[in-house]
Amino acid sequence: MATHYSSSAPPVRLGRHSLQALIDALRGDGYTVIGPRLEDAAIVYAPLESADSLPEGWVDQQEGGHYRLLRGERPALFDYVVGPHSWKRYLYPPRQRLWQAHKQGKGWRVKEPLDNTAPYAFIGVRSCEIHAMRIQDRVFDNGAFADPAYIKRRQQAFIVAVNCAHPAATCFCTSMNSGPRAKEGFDLCMTELLDEQRHEFLVEAGSDKGAALLTRLPHRPCDENDLRQAEAVATAASQAMQREMAPDVAALLKRHPEHPRWQEVAQRCLSCANCTQVCPTCFCSTVEDVTDLSGQTAQRWRQWDSCFTLDFSYIHGGSIRRETRSRYRQWMTHKLSTWHDQFDTSGCVGCGRCITWCPVGIDITEEAKAIRDSEGGT
Amino acid sequence: MAGKRKPKLAVWKFSSCDGCQLSLLDCEDELLTVAASVEIAYFLEATRATIKGPYALSLVEGSISTPEDAERIRAVRRQSKVLITIGACATSGGIQALRNFQDVEQFISTVYARPEFIDTLATSTAIAEHVPVDFELRGCPIDKHQLLEVLNAFLNGRKPNVPRHSQCIECKQAGTVCVMVARGTPCLGPVTQAGCGNLCPSCNRGCYGCFGPKETPNPASLSARFGELGMAQPAVKQIYRLFNAHAPEFQQESQRHE
Ligand code: SF4
Ligand code: SF4
Ligand code: SF4
Ligand code: SF4
Repeated sequence: MATHYSSSAPPVRLGRHSLQALIDALRGDGYTVIGPRLEDAAIVYAPLESADSLPEGWVDQQEGGHYRLLRGERPALFDYVVGPHSWKRYLYPPRQRLWQAHKQGKGWRVKEPLDNTAPYAFIGVRSCEIHAMRIQDRVFDNGAFADPAYIKRRQQAFIVAVNCAHPAATCFCTSMNSGPRAKEGFDLCMTELLDEQRHEFLVEAGSDKGAALLTRLPHRPCDENDLRQAEAVATAASQAMQREMAPDVAALLKRHPEHPRWQEVAQRCLSCANCTQVCPTCFCSTVEDVTDLSGQTAQRWRQWDSCFTLDFSYIHGGSIRRETRSRYRQWMTHKLSTWHDQFDTSGCVGCGRCITWCPVGIDITEEAKAIRDSEGGT
Repeated sequence: MAGKRKPKLAVWKFSSCDGCQLSLLDCEDELLTVAASVEIAYFLEATRATIKGPYALSLVEGSISTPEDAERIRAVRRQSKVLITIGACATSGGIQALRNFQDVEQFISTVYARPEFIDTLATSTAIAEHVPVDFELRGCPIDKHQLLEVLNAFLNGRKPNVPRHSQCIECKQAGTVCVMVARGTPCLGPVTQAGCGNLCPSCNRGCYGCFGPKETPNPASLSARFGELGMAQPAVKQIYRLFNAHAPEFQQESQRHE
């Protein structure tokens, strides 16, 4: 899959008002531009036509089970971090029709749906989110299995990354080696440079596509000072990281399949599945066959599923994960441990969504730490 | 469809408001197809003509709240090959099950001028507490798409696609921002079965639990969270006492907060 980007074009500066030119150029090239917007008390990812709808001056305060938008101290466009949506809802939609069949005589005529979705351009993609896409690439295109619709959407997507300036309290990308600075996997990457004198973006091209687009936008060259300032943004973000994942968590969890902590967390866990739905790497789905009343047409739909539901582990004779304890354990060990065995990578990028959007604020880093601490001071 | 004769459908009403039966009439576009696929043998809400049983499928709305109800449901069961209950009244006793927490004799003597004319049971209970039920379709009222799905599954001899997981999954798939996390609004979604079409959270309201408890719910943990959000004990009790107050998991949780 074409997810390795590189470009040797030097970074340039775009003024704040050139963002509209960026959106227009992408739209002109036939992309459906998706970006951050304030909607229903959160920053969500939605179609974007105007740079005016970017969430200027908003920051997101996040904690376990808690998210609030506050007015920040400066008119930055990207001082929020990540919200309830992830780009997964565009690359791997919650509900997709796989095929439709019509009755013909005694048999069926099957038609695969045409995927007419215009290519997406994503604006404001964070480093952890690029890592999440790369993890899903291994799920949906790994030699043994390929999902053509995903692959097409992914290959066509134009990615405009943004380097995080202020991680949320729930972020832990540094300890997952997935941020906060975006290093590759983007077409363009922006760092917001904002002080009394200016509101600009330092923009690096990560692909030829990105470099070519950049030449069409009004831009200025960068000097040493710009590069230093951008570097300082990334360094400050890294230092501001408050949470971290326990080291060697993959091996740690393997040692504790029967740890009492699984029962303790199950007392609080609602098995509501929010964590898996907001997680940018979770990929589980279920298929549903529907017929019309007359039985003349049938359709097969695929929709997001979760290891937190009882039906998820239903096999002949019943569900094998009846207790919340075993469902929580499945989720956490898959994300942090068995994912390595399956896909040669962690299934977690440290975005913190599962912590924030858990209605009771269960914290995957705290759960890992509790198990680690129980081993004593090693 | 198997066989040439159309299966006979009956729709029965017990203690209820008729809202769920109306969902069937509300399926305007699809109703003609339904009517073409089954013989509507007994459906007083729609037609006065009745055809004698036995019935291939009985849809039962309403709860058991009088001695007469308790007798009649047995007769309905005897005449029905498949019996599907529809709506919160039929699946958990409905809003009228609030009486189960009170002294009904006292209500009757306070409310009615001639209490001796009132013949009622002390409780309002689900149909499944009286006779075996083949499938329970939740909701107050039921969702018409789910009703069609159940009929459709019945006609095509397959299992209905009616998930028992949480309302939260509906929120996330619809892209609805969580009202509890982003606004601090108490929401029953994490313990409530999906199926309404994400009505309340998508209007920035907490879920009222109309579809009853999800599979393996954990209301104790959710109530603790409501407390952290500033909800007082009596309000926590009340939030579980609505359309599904008599559903076992909701009932037990409300009683813990008495
Ligand atoms: S497990 Fe949690 S922190 Fe890790 S990627 Fe998923 S949502 Fe983000
Ligand atoms: S954690 Fe659960 S929902 Fe997520 S990918 Fe693993 S099994 Fe699937
Ligand atoms: S960990 Fe939190 S979000 Fe995940 S299922 Fe449990 S209660 Fe829901
Ligand atoms: S709004 Fe309610 S139903 Fe929706 S995710 Fe939040 S807690 Fe769950």
